[in-house]
This record gives sequence, structure tokens and C-alpha cells, in this order.
Amino acid sequence: MKRNWITYPYLMWMAIFTIIPLFLVLVYSILPVEGRGGGFTFEHFKRVFEPIYIIVFLRSVKLALISTAACLILGYPAAMILAGKHLSKRSILVVLFIIPMWMNFLARTYAWMTLLERNGLINNALEKLGLPVASILYTENAVILGMIYNFLPFMVLPIYSVLSKTDRSVIEAAEDLGATPFIIFRRITLPLSLPGVISGITMVFMPAVTTFVISRLLGGGQYTLIGNLIEQQFLTTRDWGFGSALSTVLMIFILLSMGIMSRYEKENEGGGLW
Amino acid sequence: MVKSFINRSYLFLIFFFLYAPIFVLIVFSFNDSKSRGHWTGFTLKWYAELLKDQQILTSLYYTLLVAVISSFFATVLGTVAAIGIHNMKRIPKTIAVNITYLPVLNPDIVAGISLMLLFIFIRLPLGFISLLLAHITFSLPYVILSVLPKLKQLNNLLYDAALDLGADPVYAYRRVILPEILPGVITGFLLAFTLSIDDFVISFFTTGSGVSNLAITIYAMARRGINPKINALLTLMFVSVLLLLVIVNNRMSRDNDRKENFR
Amino acid sequence: MKKFFLVAFLSVFTAACLFSITGCSGSSSSLKIYNWGDYIDKTVIDSFEKEYDIDVIYDEFATNEDMYAKMKAGANDYDVIIPSDYMIRRMIDEDMLHKIDFSKVPNFKYIDQRFKNLGYDPENEYSVPYMWGTVGILYNKKLVSDNVDSWKILWNKKYEKQILMLDSQRDSIGITLKMLGYSLNSKDRKQLEEAKNKLIEQKPLVLAYVGDEVKDMMIGNEAALAVVWSGDATYMKRENKDLEYVVPKEGSNMWFDCMVMPKTGKHKKEAEMFINYMCKSDIAFKNADFIGYSTPHTEARNMLPAELTKDRTAYPEQEDLKTCEVFEDLSDTLTVYDRIWTEVKSR
Repeated sequence: MKRNWITYPYLMWMAIFTIIPLFLVLVYSILPVEGRGGGFTFEHFKRVFEPIYIIVFLRSVKLALISTAACLILGYPAAMILAGKHLSKRSILVVLFIIPMWMNFLARTYAWMTLLERNGLINNALEKLGLPVASILYTENAVILGMIYNFLPFMVLPIYSVLSKTDRSVIEAAEDLGATPFIIFRRITLPLSLPGVISGITMVFMPAVTTFVISRLLGGGQYTLIGNLIEQQFLTTRDWGFGSALSTVLMIFILLSMGIMSRYEKENEGGGLW
Repeated sequence: MVKSFINRSYLFLIFFFLYAPIFVLIVFSFNDSKSRGHWTGFTLKWYAELLKDQQILTSLYYTLLVAVISSFFATVLGTVAAIGIHNMKRIPKTIAVNITYLPVLNPDIVAGISLMLLFIFIRLPLGFISLLLAHITFSLPYVILSVLPKLKQLNNLLYDAALDLGADPVYAYRRVILPEILPGVITGFLLAFTLSIDDFVISFFTTGSGVSNLAITIYAMARRGINPKINALLTLMFVSVLLLLVIVNNRMSRDNDRKENFR
Repeated sequence: MKKFFLVAFLSVFTAACLFSITGCSGSSSSLKIYNWGDYIDKTVIDSFEKEYDIDVIYDEFATNEDMYAKMKAGANDYDVIIPSDYMIRRMIDEDMLHKIDFSKVPNFKYIDQRFKNLGYDPENEYSVPYMWGTVGILYNKKLVSDNVDSWKILWNKKYEKQILMLDSQRDSIGITLKMLGYSLNSKDRKQLEEAKNKLIEQKPLVLAYVGDEVKDMMIGNEAALAVVWSGDATYMKRENKDLEYVVPKEGSNMWFDCMVMPKTGKHKKEAEMFINYMCKSDIAFKNADFIGYSTPHTEARNMLPAELTKDRTAYPEQEDLKTCEVFEDLSDTLTVYDRIWTEVKSR
């Protein structure tokens, strides 16, 4: 197991294609504002902490947390059920899970609008059944729905892949020793699946916090999220310094929070963040 | 009994949720008007127009090409990297894993623009190669994140036992480790493929010279309204994938049956 | 068996890879074009390629800003691009465009005089107009009982959650400035502050800030009033007979998309040939007919059906345009706009 040299190609790749670009971003965030000379400055970082932008940050984090939690609550049972199925059916179901994500994102989101709008398909059906009309589109709920829809498979797949090879003999032994299904879940299944859960949370929370298209289309552009803000800086305002600062602060924040979270994972021999 | 019923219903609900918008897309590919939600009549004209549109078909070609190649490379490179990282000592391991997380943390736009700047700096003209490199870069972390948990789950002694029994390292990896982590590898490949097939922002900033993928073509249409030709295309893609799945499933179950008959 | 397939697969794809990089062009020269999505009749490109034996590489972008970010970074060598007015102004100011040799573009004479020498290109040295239009209010006659002739109706509490605004900083702040009687290119901080407060005041009445989704929404009777572009208005009116479009009396924005030649392009001669080709009457007609927006080409306009050219939505009279302004490049005031927009959106 001493074949550490095989990581070198990967590390080199990351150095070129991830570290260098990230370094460029960092450099931009401390460059002076256009037109005003002088050396490096923290002006952009100071702007990030103005109240108006903090509101945007908090809202983005709130929505991302809700969506991630929802994905976890909905996705974990799904992963468990999938893992319990026959091998042949399993693989098909797993692929079926992810196929909707191969259909273009914009088109899918528009389809949700067709379903959710005032005169949309869902409301039409509700009306025919005599039920009250639901006004979901252009609220925060629609944005959360959109996020859950787009990120659920990214939560289910890692958890499934870990659960699918959980050693059945351990569970059987526990059953023999008189453990109830609930205790088996809490003391055996859940802890063993934790690496998959952490992966899943990572793969959902990150894009959820930086997404901007979902809030623009399903939220009716009513809320500026941190993703929108960063996009605006890079494209419309062309204030790359501020955009880079926002991005850097976001990254640091996520690293910190994920780091704190993995402190709670006792079995963590350097496998998670921090 | 009841448990099985609950399981099946739950799964069914989830799938219904996942496929509802897809169903809408398919139905409206037959809609007479250009509108996305206003049904005016049945027609096949969008399919006819799709087959005449050279540009969309070219985008489709590039999308699939880049998706397959980049996910393949990302899976190979990522699996190897994951194995290496898993074997590292604590501190270098932590550093390596955190570096892996970095691209995932980056908003798309930052990743796209920074990669574009990098390519300009090393004087690589924007086109197919730059697009491929960008896709491999953002897919790698997902492969590693999928394979690492499986490696953690793995019983370390298996490898040593294989070596003790006389296997050389390569054989041990191929026959002992790899089958154990295969679900993770496959998950990684699927995730890489999924991310690649529908990427807009990063692709937009790292491609050029007439190489365009489907996501770029569709987003570029957004100002004018998404043409139902796209619905037609997505329907055809969906049907093809389903067919492929059925065929593969049949062949696999026939293989399994044959294996069972030899017991 | 599996391995064989894998190897075969890979070799086919690598071959396809290499093929697509080297490409197979047999023509003597080439031309690279960068345009909005779905913004040209594709047969025009084919006929151009055949007639002039030039290989065309055609790419598309979604917004001016996306295009600018790539161009500015020097990532591309497009020969002809089709940006909007304020972006052209910015590119001229940053010395990114070639001057057009109009002796090579004789068909320029067909462009309507009114649309030459405009604010973004006063001497008309860099651009040739391609499509144009206005911004105005589209309303549903069945859902709106009042007379619609002013931007103020979008602040009318009667239409709470029935109003759609554009999710675009300049357009929304611009029309608010117009409503208050100011210029939509204003850099005056006090005027902008007023506009900001007006927009915050309006927010509870707004159903959504939308982009192109507005088309399907208005056709589907989802809202009573919307701020739209004239080109889209023509399409929407055709699909839903209850819709009507008007340019408010306080004035509005007149927009232009024009063909320009970036300095990074390597085929200046072919670029001018292409621009001249696009200004041929039958070609301009084809594009106008396909896109459905208003063409600045006088002959092409005459070839369009009368019911379209008589429609004041698509082809407004001069008096409708009196109070309309073209966007200018706001350079550093953009930061103020961005801040205002963020404030409005974060309530």
C-alpha cells in the first residue's frame, strides 16, 4: 500500500488546473479598484461585509441548508431501499435515478414552471378536482423545490454506493443478539454509511449555495443569492476584484463550517474536510 | 409485506417527482405552437426541423464526445488518485482531500473564468482540447468523493492477505480491491458524465472555434425562447437512453441466468 | 471480450477527437462569427459559404456580458460579432473594433437613415445595424381596465402580483428613471436614489422579475402587465389576441443590435464581404422574416407582409420614438446600478 507515487499525476493536474486558477482569483480579490492606483488592498473584502451583502449571504446559506437537509431526509430512505434490492434491478434503478439530470437543466426548469405556474398543469388538475389553487411559483418554496429536484440524485448515489456493500453479517449478528431494527439502524447502518452521507452533503450543499439559475427562474428573480451576486460582478459590473473577494469569503466560510462538522465525525482520519 | 409495499410506493413517488418535468418536456415536443406550456395541437414538425438543424446536431455530437471522454479519463485518474490518497499518512492526506474539495466549492462562473484565464496564459487556443481539460478538471473531485468512502469501508487486511497468498500488487488491486470499490467507481463515472453532459458556464468560457455543446446552444437560445426542437431532441435522447438500458439489462440478465444454470 | 470493446471504443473516439480538431476545410479562407442564439436564418450562412467559397465557423452567446468577458480576455479571434448598442459603445471606447471600410459595404445604403450615426457610433464608422426595437408595456386587454399609456401603471396597486418586470438592471432602473422624467442614462446619484426607492416601493406588486419566460407567461394569461421588447411583443400578440403593446408617453429605450468587426479577427476582408452580404435585400428579408424582429433595412421592410409593417408595435411611427433613448455605456456608474439592484432584490 506504499504506492504513493500514483497520486503524483493527480496532484500535478490539480496544481495546474485548480490551484493556479484559484490563486488568480485570490490575486484579483486583493488588487486595487480600477483607476485607483496603489498596492494590494482589502477594500473588496471590506465591502463583502456590508449589511446588504451579509443579508444575501445568509439567505443563500439558509436556502442551501434547507435544501440539503430535505435532500438528506428524502434521499437516505431512497438509498436504503435501492441498496436492498436485487442486484440486477438495482443498477437499472440507479441509472434511472440519474437520467433526468441528463436532460438540459434550463429545459427541465422551464418544465417545472409549466407545472407550477398559476395556470399551470398542477393548478389545472387541482381546479378540476375542486381543490384550492396552489401558488408555489415565485416563492422561496419553489426555489427550494427546484434545488431538491436538481440535487437529490447527488445525495442518493453516494449513500447508496456505501450502503450497497454494507456487511450483512454484522447486521445479522446484531439481529441475533436481539437488537430492534431501530437500534440496528442507529448503531450500525447509520454510522457505517456516514462517509457516504458526508460525500452526499458535500455534493449538494456546495452547488446549492452557489446556484443562481434556479432562484432566477423559479424564484422570479425576487431574491439575489450569492451566486447571482458573484455572476453580476464578473459579467455586468466587471468588478472582478469584488467578485473574487465574495467568492473567496464564500469558500472560506464553507471550509470552516464543513471543518467544524467533520469534527463531529469521530472516525475521521483525515478523510473529510480538515 | 407491508414494508415492501411502503418501500415500493416511496420509491415510486420519488421517481414520479423526478420524471414529472421530463414527461412535460416530452409531451410538449409534440405541441403545435412554440410555447412551452400552451397546448394548441399535435404535430411532428419539430422533429423534422430538428433533423435539418445542422448546428444542434453538431452540438449534440460534441456534448456526447466530451462527456464520454472526460468522464472516462476523470474516472481512471480519480480512482487511481483516490487509492493513493487513501494510503497517505494523516497530514498529507488531509491536505490532498481538502485540495480535492476546492473545485467543488467554487461557483461555476469563477471556475469558468479562471480556467479561461489559465488557458489564455499558457496560450492554448480555446476549442475542443480546452473544453475537455476543463470537464476533466471539474469531474475529478466527484469521482474521488465517490471512491474514497468505499475505500474507507474496505477491509485493509484483504490486500495484505492477497499479497501473503502470493499475488503481486497489480493482481491484488485488480482482483481484490477493484471489485470492492466498483460501486464507488461506477457512481463516480455516472456523476462525472452527468455533470459534463449538462454543463453551461464552465464550458462557455473554455470553448471556442465552433465547438459548442448542447447546454451552450440552448442557453444562447434563451433570449429568443427555447425552441421546441430542443424538446424533440431531449425526447429522442431520453428514448435512446431507455432503449440502451433495456438492451443492456436484457444481456446482463441473460448472462446471470446462464451463470446460474451452470451451478 | 469487454477489453476488446473498450479498446475499440477508445480508438474510435480518439480518432474522432483528432478529426474534429484538425477539421476538414477545403475552402481557401474562413470566417468566424459570434452571434446571439437563434438570431439568423441558418440557410443564409450556407448560401454565403457557397457563393464566396468561405468556410464559416459560427458560435453563439447568451448575453452581451458573456460575450464581452470572453472577447476582453482575448480568448477569441472572431471576425464578425453582433452585440447591442451600449456594448458597442464600450468596445469602441476600449479600442476593440476595426473601422469598417464602407466602400466594401455598398449595401449599407439600404439601411434606414434614421438608424445611422446614433449615439453609440456617432460617425458610424464601426457598426452596421442588424435588428432594432423598443421596450414597452405589454398588457392583457381582458385583465387591465385602465388606459395604458404611462409607466406609472406598473406602480398601480390595483395590479398587485399581476406585474412582470425585466430581470435586467439597466432596463428596470432605466424605465423607472424615464417614469420620473429623467434620462435612462442618468449618472446623477440623487436621481438614481429616487429610482431605487421607487423600485423598492414597487416590489410587493411585482409577480416576478423575468427574462425570456415572459413570453409564455403573457401568452398563458399569467399576468396582466409586463415590460417587454417589441420583437417579442409582436410574437406574443400573434399567439394571444388579448395582448396589446404600447410605448409609454414618458419615453422608453430604443435598442439596436449591430454587426461589428473585432480587432482580434484575422479575416477583415471576408468580414466586410459578409456584412455586405447580410445587407442584400433578399438576405435581410430572410433574416427579418425568420427572427421576427424589426429590420432597419428599408427594402427588406417593404418585402415583409403589410400587416406586420403597418403594426406600430413592430414598426413604430416617428412620433412614438420621439422620447426614446438609446443606452450609453455607463462605465463606473455600473457599480451604483449593481448596488441599487441588489438592494431592491434583497428585501
